[in-house]
Amino acid sequence: MRPEMTAASLDTAARTSAERGALARARLLRGLLPALSLALVLLAIAWLNPRAISYFGFSLMLNLAIPIALATIAQMFVIAGNELDLSIGTFVGFVGCVTATWLKDAPLIGAAILLGSIGVYALLGALIHLRNLPSIVVTLGMSFVWQGLAILVLPKPGGKAPDWLLGLMAFKPPFVPFPIIAALLIGLIVHFGLMRTSYGVILRGSGGNPAALGRAGWSLLKTKIVLFALAGLFGVLSGMALIGITTSADANIGNGYTLLAIAGVILGGGEFVGGRVSPIGAVIGALTLALAASPLLTFMHIPPDWQVAANGAILIIVLAARVLISRKER
Amino acid sequence: MKKLFVLGALAAMLASGTALADTSGKKIAFSNNYAGNSWRQAMLDSYGIVTKKAVADKIVGAADIFTTADKEVPTQAAQVQNLILQGYDAIVINAASPDALNGAIKQACDAGIVVVSFDGTVTEPCAYRVVVDFKDMGKQEIEQMAKFQPKGGNLLEIRGLAGTSIDDAIHAGILEGVAAHPEFKIVGSVTGDWDQTTAQKAVATILPSLPDIVGVVDQGGDGYGAAQAFAAAGKPRPTIIMGNRQDELQWWKEQKDKDGYQTWSASIAPGVSSLAFWVAQQVLDGRTDIPHDLLVPYLAFTQDDFEAELPKIPKGGVASHEYTQEDAIAAIKANIK
Repeated sequence: MRPEMTAASLDTAARTSAERGALARARLLRGLLPALSLALVLLAIAWLNPRAISYFGFSLMLNLAIPIALATIAQMFVIAGNELDLSIGTFVGFVGCVTATWLKDAPLIGAAILLGSIGVYALLGALIHLRNLPSIVVTLGMSFVWQGLAILVLPKPGGKAPDWLLGLMAFKPPFVPFPIIAALLIGLIVHFGLMRTSYGVILRGSGGNPAALGRAGWSLLKTKIVLFALAGLFGVLSGMALIGITTSADANIGNGYTLLAIAGVILGGGEFVGGRVSPIGAVIGALTLALAASPLLTFMHIPPDWQVAANGAILIIVLAARVLISRKER
Repeated sequence: MKKLFVLGALAAMLASGTALADTSGKKIAFSNNYAGNSWRQAMLDSYGIVTKKAVADKIVGAADIFTTADKEVPTQAAQVQNLILQGYDAIVINAASPDALNGAIKQACDAGIVVVSFDGTVTEPCAYRVVVDFKDMGKQEIEQMAKFQPKGGNLLEIRGLAGTSIDDAIHAGILEGVAAHPEFKIVGSVTGDWDQTTAQKAVATILPSLPDIVGVVDQGGDGYGAAQAFAAAGKPRPTIIMGNRQDELQWWKEQKDKDGYQTWSASIAPGVSSLAFWVAQQVLDGRTDIPHDLLVPYLAFTQDDFEAELPKIPKGGVASHEYTQEDAIAAIKANIK
């Protein structure tokens, strides 16, 4: 990794304007890549099934992409801190079960449980930092804890989403479908917080170049706690959004989200090295994955024996294309 | 503009849904969430055979199969939404979750699409459910056992996958049967998970602690394992109810050839998928008298007819039955009463 690419390298002043220009172009290209892949997938869908490109079509195709986008943002915060969260999927499932049971029947207790689970996420961040544990091991362990808790809360599939949540997710604004508005909002808010505020720079820097930040006097413990708490917060939002759409829960409902979220971050221009992430890219990446995996596949009329494999192949092609193009950029 | 177009299309779909008789232009999709075991493979095969013929005979316009991976609920929900967009008139579904797909199912119903669920049924009231009468199957196991073991005696019960409605229903039926036949007593119960290996281990573990067993009542997929466990323990061979699996019927035939061994076999036919297809076709045909909950019979074999079926079952597979339109009409009629 080139040092000048770490988001928080604090040596911008030393650069010549030519270098800065080249860097800006490279950044722009990388920023456009996710949008480009989304446009490609949309074109393919429009060609295969023109009926899908409509208000009704986008509402249907994209509404399940919202929880994926939120889970992707959660994963993005963890990856920004140079860690990996393997428990986000089962955590979303756990939140879903709490949402469909406690949050409806006893909103105060439900809210307390969800806040508490964000607290657990923050504690995990502290544990990983203080004991210098590999986050993959800790979060893999936690994924079984969340799954177990989800089954405890909801031993059999069922429950029901609170009415206000159902109303929110079924909201039909004029002209622009709700999922698109929600995706824009999520992307812009997180972009502003992480890319445009000074503490956002510190957060990204804590993953990109922790030694420099530590020497500059920032608390790495605090940044890790904040990053994991944010991941927990967006995990909670993801689980609630998911249940708002499905209307009732299942303890296994979020299991596939762990890997989808990681793929979304990478597709959206992020990298595993820490600090190099893009919130808007992550949201677009999540939308692309959601569209490429399901609608595209359904509209292509692939024989049933090959559908599952084709699903995987599409994911690999989309991700490989992203890697190829960003190689060229170098 | 686009919105208007969609509303128009929706209205057209709704209007065409109420027309009577002709279904030759209708498209039926099959939403499946898992294809990784022999039962599901047989389910897909049966569905494919029946629907290909139905399309060739111009009974329906198209019948496509869609499979997603790993029983994932959100993936299947997204798939159902895509099928709505594709403009299918009906969706036959084996659902990954009885409740968590209700949001997507409701959207399909609202778009004027007929939804018929089977095996993995959904609780959304607007959908149809094709349910096999598992409780009666459990009860029938005891009735049959009474024929083979008229003197009664001790029974061992093998349960299925814990927490599923199927396990609950078969177990309840068995208990009802035992209540009606007090000469039988269930002296032990193990969990076999509908799997020969699991069942064999579980039965082998409990056998030493049990008195003499005259019969084994189970849920299918576990009979052969139980037989192996009895043989390994050197215990006398009891009457073991079978579950239509190839290895079970094969063992039954070997025993029958040896000394006229008698038993009975029953299970849900994977071909119930084809029955669900015909139910969807009947609803599209304009029938409004079809109950949303349809109880259909299970597939059973007796001493006289199992040997004829055996060669038709692939190795490691399970007996199936492709239902016809007449079967579906008869099943619907039986439920209207």
